[in-house]
Amino acid sequence: MAVLRAAAFVSVFTTIGIVVSLAVPVVNFFGKVSVWDFLTGTDWSPNLAPQSFGVLPLVGGTLMVTAIGLVVAVPLGLGAAMYLSEYASARNRARLKPILELLAGIPSVVYGFFALSFVTPAVLQDLLGMEVGFTNALSAGIVLGVMIIPTVASLSEDAMSAVPQALRQGSFAMGANRMQTTLRVVFPAAISGIAAAVVLGLSRAIGETMIVALASGSQPNLSADPREGMQTMTGFIAATAGGENPVGSTSYNTLFAVGLLLFLMTLVINVVSIALVRRYRQAY
Amino acid sequence: MTTTQIKPGRRREEGTRVLDTGQNHERNAGSLAFLVALWCSLAFGVLVLLVLIASTALDGAPRLDANLFTEYSSTLFEEETGVRAGILGSLWLMVTTAVMSVPLGIAAALYLEEFANPTRWYNRLIEVNLQNLAAVPSVIYGLLALGLLALRGFRQTSLVIGGALALTLLILPVIIITTRESIRAVPREIRDGSLALGATLWQTTWRQSLPSAIPGIATGTILALSRAIGEAAPLLLLGVATGIRFDPNGILSQFTALPIQIFTMSSQPQEEFQTAAAAAIIVLLVMILVLNGLAIYIRNHYQRRW
Amino acid sequence: MTTKPATANTRDSVYGAANLAEVADTGEHVVPDLPQEPVIEATDLNVYYGDFHAVHDVNLAFGRGEITALIGPSGCGKSTVLRCLNRMNDLVIGARVTGAVTYHGQNVYGPKVDPIEVRRRIGMVFQKPNPFPKSIYDNIAYGPRVTGMKVDNMDDLVEEALHSAALWDEVKDKLKQSAYGLSGGQQQRLCIARTVATRPDVILMDEPCSSLDPIATSRIEDLMLEMRKDYALIVVTHNMQQAARVSDRTAFFTARPDETTGNRTGLLVEYNLTNRIFSNPDDSRTEAYISGRFG
Ligand SMILES: Nc1ncnc2c1ncn2[C@@H]1O[C@H](COP(=O)(O)OP(=O)(O)OP(=O)(O)O)[C@@H](O)[C@H]1O
Ligand SMILES: [Mg+2]
Repeated sequence: MAVLRAAAFVSVFTTIGIVVSLAVPVVNFFGKVSVWDFLTGTDWSPNLAPQSFGVLPLVGGTLMVTAIGLVVAVPLGLGAAMYLSEYASARNRARLKPILELLAGIPSVVYGFFALSFVTPAVLQDLLGMEVGFTNALSAGIVLGVMIIPTVASLSEDAMSAVPQALRQGSFAMGANRMQTTLRVVFPAAISGIAAAVVLGLSRAIGETMIVALASGSQPNLSADPREGMQTMTGFIAATAGGENPVGSTSYNTLFAVGLLLFLMTLVINVVSIALVRRYRQAY
Repeated sequence: MTTTQIKPGRRREEGTRVLDTGQNHERNAGSLAFLVALWCSLAFGVLVLLVLIASTALDGAPRLDANLFTEYSSTLFEEETGVRAGILGSLWLMVTTAVMSVPLGIAAALYLEEFANPTRWYNRLIEVNLQNLAAVPSVIYGLLALGLLALRGFRQTSLVIGGALALTLLILPVIIITTRESIRAVPREIRDGSLALGATLWQTTWRQSLPSAIPGIATGTILALSRAIGEAAPLLLLGVATGIRFDPNGILSQFTALPIQIFTMSSQPQEEFQTAAAAAIIVLLVMILVLNGLAIYIRNHYQRRW
Repeated sequence: MTTKPATANTRDSVYGAANLAEVADTGEHVVPDLPQEPVIEATDLNVYYGDFHAVHDVNLAFGRGEITALIGPSGCGKSTVLRCLNRMNDLVIGARVTGAVTYHGQNVYGPKVDPIEVRRRIGMVFQKPNPFPKSIYDNIAYGPRVTGMKVDNMDDLVEEALHSAALWDEVKDKLKQSAYGLSGGQQQRLCIARTVATRPDVILMDEPCSSLDPIATSRIEDLMLEMRKDYALIVVTHNMQQAARVSDRTAFFTARPDETTGNRTGLLVEYNLTNRIFSNPDDSRTEAYISGRFG
């Protein structure tokens, strides 16, 4: 019993561990760099003199890649979810859903390779004739979007399947067709669950590391042009981690400062998502 | 009692009673376009999956040779570089992670499902915490493991045990959640029947709930491990390097892992490394596929339906 | 006055005389022995769910300006028959219908007939109120919008529909609020209003009061009587008093076990004026059921 309880508390210790292990280096970091400069600075060059620790270029890169990912994943994920929940027979649903979920089982480093070796050269450059570099935010974002399609689709499908049959019947009895029922009754009824799905996809996208480390570029670049390469927060962490970072060095501490920012962002997003799910559980 | 005035509704006029209007409302242009759009959304994902596998297979086919499996990574003989150390390292990592995470995960799940009083604040804390941990990016677990090992004074962090620690923390929430679902799927009658016969909660859990839930737990755990084995980000943080030229021989051994080697080789400009990366991806995907197949097999053959 | 004094008495006791006077306004309600020019007619209707024969050889005709009650023990196929009339059974996987259902003489199951067109003319109200998770206003406007009805002024149409379901006074100040804020009885009347808004000429009701309290129930009964002259109303009910109070005709169903398979197939036992069914039924099974449940 006590053993079991201790095991359960490991999860709490993990969280405490995350906070503590992030805290020490971060405190050291902010001993050198002011929080304000960190959060509002637009120049990120932690390794080259003159050093500068404005995190906005990294945040901008993250937001750009994430936004592209959502633009891909939300419509496609929702479309797939609507098909599975409202159109597919139970048998087809049982067959199609696992195939879609395979997409979530592919390691992200594989997606990164795919973005580098196929999407950028074959799709963006050859097929679409775009002037993009070897690494660019667009390619990383698209592939990232594909990766989170199952997240969005699966949870949205759950939310739509949870809409009571009585509402669909009511709609059909009014003389609505399936599309109208799906779009005007089921979709709005499931909206908080769908929002939770999107938010969870968002948090996956923000935290995704290997795709952006490979395909989005390693230059901090505060730009609105998705065809350019831009480093993200996770991309910076991955790039810096590989090198030598003696404990206590500035680069080591910088790593944790960016990590803490990332952790806080995903935490906030996740709290929102949990609240949304709770709302849709209560709705019926 | 209010006396609401009732006005009659207007009823259908004589002329509008014809049923055969020649329209088909499920097959008008809008509905069909919508259906096609839904189909495409679903097909897109599947299509990308196929393209990904096909293009990687084509890229990597030339290097699916014996050297890939028997050689260590080499920067001198690029065309003969191998991922032997990565494959072995990933296997070591997977087994160590399983040994650490499975007992811990099952114990925590049993506690939460069978013993915990959900009204206690600390049990609620665990619940909320689990939900949140499941969505923490994997790279953060790398930072956590790095920080923990640094606090314990480890100089060298790219050890099997370090990687397994990060991966354990990463998949623990998943294992706990799936285990709880499997335990919950065991019908109450089975538990209550046992309790009614005078068995203690412990005996019931140990002899009834847990054995009945094992196939579900196994399926969930294997799927979690198949996710862990493809993770590169936490290992990257621990400084796991590609160029290890010996087999790992214990949990305190330095090691490299397949995803890390794929990452490093993909980042190299040389064509040979790109090809080797694609070949290594095929190896990794096969490993994951085997794990997934095992999970599906267990689910289909052992999982009882109540 | 209505043909059945019992009806007046019951409502009298709930509503008082003022309301009764209004009802009397509508004039004499005379029901012919057989529906004249039936709006809907079911001939040799058989329904199967997969291999299961749910309903056997039902013949029924429903007239305009009448309320028909379908009664019978649970599982005898009342809802099944009702769902056949507006082709809601098409949505049940494995359901199969043989025989004929006609609407103003046209085959509802004709090869060129879109079930959606059928449902636009034959409205349906369900056992549990099922308003959409939208505002009251949007609930009413939903039907006209999805059916592409040409509406000059949606506000007027919403008001009219709410009036016709006796709900206007209660909700006129909160049209933009969620329908989920209404009481169960109000929600059910909203569902009736929503149905009326698409201008059907038949309204099917499947146990519309079974989840409501007695006062909400009698309000809906009142509403049915008021709506009677404009629609053909077909109501499934388990409440014998309700059938006796509001309906003009009653169809009694029962279920008979198949000798070989043991499946219980529903069939129509007797269809007649409500007075006859409740006072002097032809069939002994009807008598047994009525006296068991009613007497
Ligand atoms: N969707 C369905 N699939 C299979 N069988 C069904 C379905 N709906 C109803 N049945 C079966 O058809 C028979 C008639 O059911 P129906 O719901 O029409 O009865 P009912 O008279 O309305 O009963 P109740 O008074 O309980 O509502 C029952 O035996 C029922 O089990
Ligand atoms: Mg019924």
